Amino acid sequence: MKTEDLIAGLALEPGFPGPRQLERKLILWSGVGALMAALLTLLVLGPRPDMDQIAGVASFLGKAGYTLALAGAGLWLARRLGQPGARAKGPLLALSLLLVGGLIATVVELARIPAGERAGQLMGHSAMICPLAILGLGLLALCPAMIVARRLAPVRPAAAGAAIGLLAGGLSATAYGLHCAETAVSFLVIWYGLGVLATAALGAAIGARVLRW
Amino acid sequence: MEDIDLQIQSLIALSQTGDKAAYGRLLALMAPRLRAYFSRRLQDPADAEDLVQETLIAIHTKRETYNPALPFAPWVYGIARYKLIDHFRRRGVRRHVPLEAAGEILAESDTEAGATRADLNRLLARLPARQRGLLEDVRLRGLTIAEAAPRHGYSEGAAKVALHRTLKSLSASVAADED
Repeated sequence: MKTEDLIAGLALEPGFPGPRQLERKLILWSGVGALMAALLTLLVLGPRPDMDQIAGVASFLGKAGYTLALAGAGLWLARRLGQPGARAKGPLLALSLLLVGGLIATVVELARIPAGERAGQLMGHSAMICPLAILGLGLLALCPAMIVARRLAPVRPAAAGAAIGLLAGGLSATAYGLHCAETAVSFLVIWYGLGVLATAALGAAIGARVLRW
Repeated sequence: MEDIDLQIQSLIALSQTGDKAAYGRLLALMAPRLRAYFSRRLQDPADAEDLVQETLIAIHTKRETYNPALPFAPWVYGIARYKLIDHFRRRGVRRHVPLEAAGEILAESDTEAGATRADLNRLLARLPARQRGLLEDVRLRGLTIAEAAPRHGYSEGAAKVALHRTLKSLSASVAADED
Protein backbone atom coordinates (compact mmCIF):
# COMPACT_ATOMS: atom_id res chain seq x y z
CA MET A 1 0.00 0.00 0.00
CA LYS A 2 1.17 3.49 -0.69
CA THR A 3 1.81 5.57 2.38
CA GLU A 4 -0.40 8.39 1.06
CA ASP A 5 -3.34 5.98 0.75
CA LEU A 6 -2.70 4.68 4.23
CA ILE A 7 -2.79 8.21 5.62
CA ALA A 8 -6.01 8.94 3.75
CA GLY A 9 -7.50 5.80 5.30
CA LEU A 10 -6.36 6.63 8.81
CA ALA A 11 -7.56 10.22 8.62
CA LEU A 12 -11.17 9.07 8.49
CA GLU A 13 -11.25 9.05 12.29
CA PRO A 14 -9.42 12.10 13.59
CA GLY A 15 -8.96 13.24 17.14
CA PHE A 16 -6.60 13.17 20.07
CA PRO A 17 -8.98 12.55 22.97
CA GLY A 18 -6.19 12.81 25.55
CA PRO A 19 -5.25 10.10 28.03
CA ARG A 20 -8.04 10.92 30.48
CA GLN A 21 -10.56 8.60 28.88
CA LEU A 22 -8.21 5.66 28.95
CA GLU A 23 -7.32 6.39 32.55
CA ARG A 24 -10.99 6.47 33.53
CA LYS A 25 -11.54 3.10 31.86
CA LEU A 26 -8.57 1.70 33.77
CA ILE A 27 -10.00 2.97 37.05
CA LEU A 28 -13.49 1.75 36.19
CA TRP A 29 -12.52 -1.79 35.22
CA SER A 30 -9.96 -2.37 37.95
CA GLY A 31 -12.61 -0.94 40.31
CA VAL A 32 -15.16 -3.49 39.11
CA GLY A 33 -12.60 -6.22 39.78
CA ALA A 34 -11.89 -4.77 43.23
CA LEU A 35 -15.59 -4.75 44.01
CA MET A 36 -15.86 -8.40 43.08
CA ALA A 37 -12.83 -9.14 45.26
CA ALA A 38 -14.49 -7.27 48.15
CA LEU A 39 -17.73 -9.21 47.70
CA LEU A 40 -15.91 -12.51 47.50
CA THR A 41 -13.95 -11.61 50.65
CA LEU A 42 -17.08 -10.73 52.60
CA LEU A 43 -19.16 -13.68 51.38
CA VAL A 44 -16.56 -16.43 51.48
CA LEU A 45 -14.08 -15.34 54.14
CA GLY A 46 -16.43 -13.10 56.15
CA PRO A 47 -15.79 -9.63 57.58
CA ARG A 48 -13.18 -9.13 60.29
CA PRO A 49 -14.79 -9.82 63.68
CA ASP A 50 -14.02 -6.37 65.11
CA MET A 51 -15.63 -4.53 62.18
CA ASP A 52 -18.46 -3.39 64.50
CA GLN A 53 -16.01 -1.57 66.77
CA ILE A 54 -14.31 1.77 66.22
CA ALA A 55 -10.86 0.22 66.70
CA GLY A 56 -11.57 -2.39 64.04
CA VAL A 57 -12.86 0.15 61.53
CA ALA A 58 -9.91 2.43 62.26
CA SER A 59 -7.47 -0.41 61.71
CA PHE A 60 -9.21 -1.36 58.45
CA LEU A 61 -9.12 2.24 57.22
CA GLY A 62 -5.47 2.66 58.13
CA LYS A 63 -4.49 -0.47 56.23
CA ALA A 64 -6.76 0.49 53.33
CA GLY A 65 -5.02 3.87 53.16
CA TYR A 66 -1.65 2.21 52.63
CA THR A 67 -2.82 -0.41 50.14
CA LEU A 68 -4.86 2.15 48.18
CA ALA A 69 -1.77 4.35 48.03
CA LEU A 70 0.11 1.41 46.49
CA ALA A 71 -2.72 0.97 43.98
CA GLY A 72 -2.60 4.69 43.19
CA ALA A 73 1.14 4.52 42.59
CA GLY A 74 0.48 1.60 40.24
CA LEU A 75 -2.13 3.54 38.30
CA TRP A 76 0.14 6.58 38.00
CA LEU A 77 3.05 4.39 36.92
CA ALA A 78 0.95 2.51 34.36
CA ARG A 79 -0.22 5.79 32.88
CA ARG A 80 3.32 7.07 32.47
CA LEU A 81 4.80 3.81 31.23
CA GLY A 82 1.95 3.46 28.74
CA GLN A 83 2.68 6.81 27.14
CA PRO A 84 5.67 6.95 24.78
CA GLY A 85 8.10 9.69 25.67
CA ALA A 86 6.75 10.22 29.20
CA ARG A 87 8.95 9.96 32.28
CA ALA A 88 8.12 7.63 35.13
CA LYS A 89 10.23 9.41 37.73
CA GLY A 90 7.33 10.81 39.76
CA PRO A 91 5.40 7.56 40.28
CA LEU A 92 8.62 5.60 40.89
CA LEU A 93 9.59 8.07 43.58
CA ALA A 94 6.13 7.81 45.15
CA LEU A 95 6.35 4.02 45.10
CA SER A 96 9.82 4.00 46.68
CA LEU A 97 8.62 6.38 49.39
CA LEU A 98 5.72 4.05 50.19
CA LEU A 99 7.96 0.99 50.33
CA VAL A 100 10.83 2.61 52.23
CA GLY A 101 8.39 4.39 54.56
CA GLY A 102 6.67 1.06 55.23
CA LEU A 103 9.94 -0.67 56.00
CA ILE A 104 11.02 2.12 58.36
CA ALA A 105 7.66 1.90 60.17
CA THR A 106 8.13 -1.88 60.42
CA VAL A 107 11.58 -1.55 61.95
CA VAL A 108 10.38 1.11 64.40
CA GLU A 109 7.41 -1.02 65.46
CA LEU A 110 9.49 -4.13 65.98
CA ALA A 111 12.25 -2.24 67.79
CA ARG A 112 9.75 -0.96 70.33
CA ILE A 113 8.60 -4.36 71.56
CA PRO A 114 10.61 -6.97 73.48
CA ALA A 115 12.79 -9.14 71.28
CA GLY A 116 10.90 -12.29 72.24
CA GLU A 117 7.59 -10.94 70.92
CA ARG A 118 8.90 -9.70 67.61
CA ALA A 119 8.44 -12.91 65.65
CA GLY A 120 4.86 -13.26 66.91
CA GLN A 121 4.07 -9.66 66.00
CA LEU A 122 5.51 -10.02 62.54
CA MET A 123 3.91 -13.38 61.76
CA GLY A 124 0.48 -12.63 63.27
CA HIS A 125 -1.99 -15.47 62.79
CA SER A 126 -2.27 -15.54 59.01
CA ALA A 127 1.11 -14.71 57.51
CA MET A 128 1.05 -17.69 55.19
CA ILE A 129 -2.48 -17.17 53.88
CA CYS A 130 -2.38 -13.40 53.43
CA PRO A 131 -0.09 -13.01 50.38
CA LEU A 132 -1.78 -15.92 48.61
CA ALA A 133 -5.25 -14.52 49.26
CA ILE A 134 -4.17 -11.11 47.94
CA LEU A 135 -2.63 -12.67 44.83
CA GLY A 136 -5.74 -14.78 44.23
CA LEU A 137 -8.17 -11.91 44.75
CA GLY A 138 -5.83 -9.74 42.68
CA LEU A 139 -6.64 -11.77 39.58
CA LEU A 140 -10.16 -10.33 39.66
CA ALA A 141 -8.82 -6.81 39.14
CA LEU A 142 -5.75 -7.81 37.13
CA CYS A 143 -7.66 -9.42 34.25
CA PRO A 144 -9.99 -6.53 33.37
CA ALA A 145 -7.26 -3.94 34.00
CA MET A 146 -4.87 -5.82 31.70
CA ILE A 147 -7.48 -5.89 28.94
CA VAL A 148 -7.91 -2.11 29.16
CA ALA A 149 -4.12 -1.71 29.37
CA ARG A 150 -3.76 -3.27 25.93
CA ARG A 151 -4.80 0.14 24.63
CA LEU A 152 -1.73 1.71 26.21
CA ALA A 153 1.50 2.04 24.23
CA PRO A 154 4.18 0.86 26.66
CA VAL A 155 7.74 0.98 25.39
CA ARG A 156 8.54 -1.57 28.13
CA PRO A 157 5.56 -3.96 28.22
CA ALA A 158 6.77 -5.98 31.24
CA ALA A 159 7.25 -2.86 33.35
CA ALA A 160 3.81 -1.57 32.38
CA GLY A 161 2.38 -5.00 33.24
CA ALA A 162 4.03 -4.79 36.66
CA ALA A 163 2.41 -1.37 37.19
CA ILE A 164 -0.99 -2.83 36.29
CA GLY A 165 -0.28 -5.68 38.72
CA LEU A 166 0.60 -3.14 41.40
CA LEU A 167 -2.74 -1.43 40.81
CA ALA A 168 -4.63 -4.74 40.97
CA GLY A 169 -2.66 -5.98 43.99
CA GLY A 170 -3.19 -2.75 45.93
CA LEU A 171 -6.93 -3.00 45.28
CA SER A 172 -7.21 -6.66 46.21
CA ALA A 173 -5.15 -6.08 49.37
CA THR A 174 -7.65 -3.38 50.30
CA ALA A 175 -10.51 -5.83 49.71
CA TYR A 176 -8.76 -8.54 51.72
CA GLY A 177 -8.45 -6.04 54.60
CA LEU A 178 -12.23 -6.35 55.02
CA HIS A 179 -11.59 -9.86 56.32
CA CYS A 180 -8.13 -9.79 57.87
CA ALA A 181 -8.04 -8.66 61.50
CA GLU A 182 -4.26 -8.29 61.76
CA THR A 183 -3.47 -4.86 63.16
CA ALA A 184 0.35 -4.73 63.21
CA VAL A 185 2.06 -2.30 60.85
CA SER A 186 4.85 -4.81 60.31
CA PHE A 187 2.33 -7.44 59.25
CA LEU A 188 0.75 -5.04 56.78
CA VAL A 189 4.02 -3.93 55.24
CA ILE A 190 5.61 -7.37 54.96
CA TRP A 191 2.75 -9.75 54.16
CA TYR A 192 0.31 -7.45 52.39
CA GLY A 193 3.34 -5.98 50.65
CA LEU A 194 4.43 -9.43 49.56
CA GLY A 195 0.95 -10.18 48.17
CA VAL A 196 0.92 -6.90 46.24
CA LEU A 197 4.43 -7.50 44.90
CA ALA A 198 3.48 -11.03 43.85
CA THR A 199 0.53 -9.61 41.92
CA ALA A 200 2.88 -7.06 40.33
CA ALA A 201 5.29 -9.86 39.36
CA LEU A 202 2.44 -11.79 37.78
CA GLY A 203 1.40 -8.60 36.01
CA ALA A 204 4.94 -8.22 34.65
CA ALA A 205 4.93 -11.78 33.30
CA ILE A 206 1.54 -11.30 31.64
CA GLY A 207 2.36 -7.79 30.44
CA ALA A 208 5.52 -8.95 28.68
CA ARG A 209 3.25 -11.09 26.47
CA VAL A 210 -0.02 -9.20 26.10
CA LEU A 211 1.07 -5.55 26.23
CA ARG A 212 3.24 -5.71 23.10
CA TRP A 213 1.95 -3.64 20.23
CA MET B 1 12.29 23.20 13.27
CA GLU B 2 10.50 25.80 15.36
CA ASP B 3 7.81 26.18 12.78
CA ILE B 4 7.09 22.52 12.52
CA ASP B 5 6.38 22.29 16.23
CA LEU B 6 3.81 25.04 16.12
CA GLN B 7 2.29 23.65 12.96
CA ILE B 8 1.89 20.34 14.74
CA GLN B 9 0.29 21.98 17.77
CA SER B 10 -2.22 23.72 15.54
CA LEU B 11 -2.98 20.57 13.56
CA ILE B 12 -3.50 18.60 16.77
CA ALA B 13 -5.84 21.26 18.10
CA LEU B 14 -7.79 21.07 14.86
CA SER B 15 -7.91 17.27 14.82
CA GLN B 16 -9.29 17.39 18.33
CA THR B 17 -12.26 19.25 16.96
CA GLY B 18 -12.81 16.43 14.45
CA ASP B 19 -11.09 18.06 11.48
CA LYS B 20 -10.13 15.10 9.28
CA ALA B 21 -8.14 17.16 6.81
CA ALA B 22 -5.98 18.61 9.59
CA TYR B 23 -5.39 15.14 11.00
CA GLY B 24 -4.44 13.85 7.56
CA ARG B 25 -2.03 16.78 7.16
CA LEU B 26 -0.50 15.97 10.53
CA LEU B 27 0.14 12.37 9.48
CA ALA B 28 1.40 13.53 6.09
CA LEU B 29 3.75 15.90 7.89
CA MET B 30 5.10 13.01 9.95
CA ALA B 31 5.61 10.61 7.02
CA PRO B 32 8.72 12.20 5.44
CA ARG B 33 10.24 12.69 8.89
CA LEU B 34 9.69 9.09 9.83
CA ARG B 35 11.01 8.05 6.41
CA ALA B 36 14.20 10.01 7.01
CA TYR B 37 14.51 8.57 10.51
CA PHE B 38 14.12 4.94 9.41
CA SER B 39 16.09 5.23 6.13
CA ARG B 40 19.08 6.45 8.03
CA ARG B 41 18.96 3.44 10.30
CA LEU B 42 18.03 0.67 7.85
CA GLN B 43 19.72 -0.39 4.61
CA ASP B 44 16.64 -1.59 2.76
CA PRO B 45 14.31 1.26 1.69
CA ALA B 46 11.39 -1.20 1.59
CA ASP B 47 11.96 -2.02 5.28
CA ALA B 48 12.08 1.66 6.07
CA GLU B 49 8.81 2.28 4.24
CA ASP B 50 7.18 -0.64 6.09
CA LEU B 51 8.23 0.91 9.37
CA VAL B 52 6.96 4.33 8.29
CA GLN B 53 3.56 2.76 7.70
CA GLU B 54 3.64 0.73 10.90
CA THR B 55 4.52 3.82 12.86
CA LEU B 56 1.75 5.86 11.24
CA ILE B 57 -0.71 3.10 12.11
CA ALA B 58 0.61 3.03 15.68
CA ILE B 59 0.31 6.82 15.94
CA HIS B 60 -3.28 6.39 14.87
CA THR B 61 -4.29 3.40 17.01
CA LYS B 62 -2.44 4.67 20.08
CA ARG B 63 -3.45 8.31 19.70
CA GLU B 64 -5.41 8.28 22.94
CA THR B 65 -2.13 7.78 24.83
CA TYR B 66 -0.92 11.19 23.61
CA ASN B 67 -1.47 13.94 26.12
CA PRO B 68 -2.12 17.13 24.10
CA ALA B 69 -0.72 19.22 26.96
CA LEU B 70 2.75 17.76 26.29
CA PRO B 71 5.06 18.18 23.27
CA PHE B 72 4.33 15.88 20.35
CA ALA B 73 7.90 15.04 19.31
CA PRO B 74 8.87 12.83 22.29
CA TRP B 75 5.67 10.85 21.88
CA VAL B 76 6.20 10.21 18.16
CA TYR B 77 9.87 9.52 18.74
CA GLY B 78 9.00 6.99 21.45
CA ILE B 79 6.71 5.16 19.04
CA ALA B 80 9.19 5.22 16.15
CA ARG B 81 12.02 3.97 18.33
CA TYR B 82 9.83 1.19 19.73
CA LYS B 83 8.92 0.10 16.20
CA LEU B 84 12.58 0.14 15.16
CA ILE B 85 13.63 -1.98 18.16
CA ASP B 86 10.71 -4.31 17.46
CA HIS B 87 11.86 -4.62 13.84
CA PHE B 88 15.38 -5.64 14.89
CA ARG B 89 13.96 -8.06 17.45
CA ARG B 90 11.77 -9.76 14.87
CA ARG B 91 14.75 -10.12 12.57
CA GLY B 92 16.69 -11.67 15.40
CA VAL B 93 19.27 -8.90 15.21
CA ARG B 94 20.67 -7.71 18.50
CA ARG B 95 21.20 -4.03 17.96
CA HIS B 96 21.39 -1.19 20.33
CA VAL B 97 19.15 1.69 19.37
CA PRO B 98 20.62 4.69 21.17
CA LEU B 99 18.30 7.12 22.82
CA GLU B 100 18.53 10.43 21.02
CA ALA B 101 16.98 13.79 21.64
CA ALA B 102 13.33 13.46 20.72
CA GLY B 103 13.45 16.68 18.68
CA GLU B 104 15.68 14.89 16.16
CA ILE B 105 12.71 13.19 14.60
CA LEU B 106 11.18 16.49 13.59
CA ALA B 107 14.48 17.87 12.38
CA GLU B 108 15.05 14.90 10.08
CA SER B 109 13.11 15.49 6.94
CA ASP B 110 13.65 15.26 3.23
CA THR B 111 11.20 18.00 2.42
CA GLU B 112 10.44 21.31 4.02
CA ALA B 113 6.96 22.69 3.77
CA GLY B 114 7.71 26.22 2.69
CA ALA B 115 4.18 27.43 2.13
CA THR B 116 2.88 26.42 5.53
CA ARG B 117 5.95 27.92 7.13
CA ALA B 118 5.04 31.29 5.69
CA ASP B 119 1.49 30.84 6.98
CA LEU B 120 2.80 30.02 10.38
CA ASN B 121 5.10 33.01 10.58
CA ARG B 122 2.14 35.17 9.70
CA LEU B 123 0.14 33.57 12.52
CA LEU B 124 2.94 33.92 15.01
CA ALA B 125 3.44 37.54 14.08
CA ARG B 126 -0.08 38.20 15.38
CA LEU B 127 0.92 37.15 18.88
CA PRO B 128 2.20 39.72 21.35
CA ALA B 129 6.00 39.44 21.65
CA ARG B 130 5.86 38.36 25.28
CA GLN B 131 3.44 35.49 24.61
CA ARG B 132 5.31 34.44 21.52
CA GLY B 133 8.59 34.35 23.46
CA LEU B 134 7.06 32.23 26.21
CA LEU B 135 5.52 29.85 23.70
CA GLU B 136 8.79 29.44 21.82
CA ASP B 137 10.77 28.83 25.00
CA VAL B 138 8.43 26.19 26.37
CA ARG B 139 7.29 24.45 23.20
CA LEU B 140 10.38 24.71 21.05
CA ARG B 141 13.40 25.14 23.27
CA GLY B 142 12.11 22.62 25.77
CA LEU B 143 12.36 24.81 28.86
CA THR B 144 10.00 24.01 31.69
CA ILE B 145 7.30 26.53 32.43
CA ALA B 146 9.07 27.35 35.70
CA GLU B 147 12.30 28.14 33.81
CA ALA B 148 10.70 30.09 31.02
CA ALA B 149 8.23 32.16 33.06
CA PRO B 150 10.70 34.63 34.65
CA ARG B 151 12.42 35.23 31.30
CA HIS B 152 9.26 36.87 30.08
CA GLY B 153 8.15 38.43 33.33
CA TYR B 154 5.49 35.89 34.21
CA SER B 155 4.89 34.06 37.45
CA GLU B 156 4.69 30.31 36.95
CA GLY B 157 0.91 30.25 37.35
CA ALA B 158 0.40 33.21 35.04
CA ALA B 159 2.70 31.59 32.47
CA LYS B 160 0.58 28.45 32.46
CA VAL B 161 -2.55 30.46 31.85
CA ALA B 162 -0.88 32.61 29.21
CA LEU B 163 0.48 29.56 27.41
CA HIS B 164 -2.90 27.90 27.38
CA ARG B 165 -4.57 31.05 26.04
CA THR B 166 -1.87 31.56 23.44
CA LEU B 167 -2.25 28.05 22.06
CA LYS B 168 -6.00 28.40 22.10
CA SER B 169 -5.99 31.69 20.23
CA LEU B 170 -3.40 30.31 17.84
CA SER B 171 -5.52 27.32 16.93
CA ALA B 172 -8.60 29.53 16.79
CA SER B 173 -6.91 31.83 14.29
CA VAL B 174 -5.79 28.82 12.27
CA ALA B 175 -9.37 27.56 12.27
CA ALA B 176 -10.58 30.98 11.15
CA ASP B 177 -8.04 31.01 8.32
CA GLU B 178 -9.15 27.59 7.15
CA ASP B 179 -12.76 28.65 6.71
